[in-house]
Amino acid sequence: MTDRSVTHATFCIERTLSAAPARVFKAFADQSAKDVWFVGPPGWVRTERSMDFRVGGRETSSVGERGGVQHRFDATYHDIVPNERIVFTYAMHLDAVLMSVSITTIELVAIGDKTKLKFTEQGAFLDGVDFAANREQGTQYLLDAVEAWLAREGANG
Amino acid sequence: MLQHSANLDLAFQALADPARRGMLERLTLGPASVSELARPFDMSLSAIVQHLKVLEAGGLVRTEKVGRVRTCQIEPAALSAAEGWINQRRTTWERHFDRLEQYLDDTADESANTEPKP
Repeated sequence: MTDRSVTHATFCIERTLSAAPARVFKAFADQSAKDVWFVGPPGWVRTERSMDFRVGGRETSSVGERGGVQHRFDATYHDIVPNERIVFTYAMHLDAVLMSVSITTIELVAIGDKTKLKFTEQGAFLDGVDFAANREQGTQYLLDAVEAWLAREGANG
Repeated sequence: MLQHSANLDLAFQALADPARRGMLERLTLGPASVSELARPFDMSLSAIVQHLKVLEAGGLVRTEKVGRVRTCQIEPAALSAAEGWINQRRTTWERHFDRLEQYLDDTADESANTEPKP
């Protein structure tokens, strides 16, 4: 398969969290806290983990179904402003195939006793070699995304 | 395309129906005429056409009339592997933040005990 392509895209996620920025920041900065929420879907296991939360430091995490495809997150921190901002770049691999390289900005803004979290990811999303070969797989991801979206809509409604 | 979340919402709304998802899954196997597409479904041709319009509005399907036959096919841009991958990235982070919210709720009490109120 020699078909290679790249898609450049940006997406944002905004959440209002019921905690002050200091607590939200700590959930990103402290590995024992982050390990509680930065995990794979139910049933997935983590096979690799490291976290060095400082400018220039790296964070890695590999998750997947037992014996299945490994989803590997490999990040480098570039900017850390306590309680306000975190900028990191990360590469995602599915097993040995590089899927994307992204720059991610997390901004925290106090709103009363809550925090508005603004997540922005700008990425080069690559058509992985195996991935491009299988259009149905692309469809499946979209359908999975829809299920998650519907679940959220239901939860909000 | 993903920068325009309205488009994405339309795409997701188009997919929020089992019949339309079934039609889309059929089209991942290759183009089909409207009547071919309708065959497995127990509904009128006009109902199928309505569903097709929603899928078209969501940018997921393209239809083209050649002679008397309308042919439907997957809109390649909407379902490219890269696009699917981006959606998966977004969904993954949304799921992380769901869990982050849960974590913050779960630890709200201990933080109130250990951190002085400003």
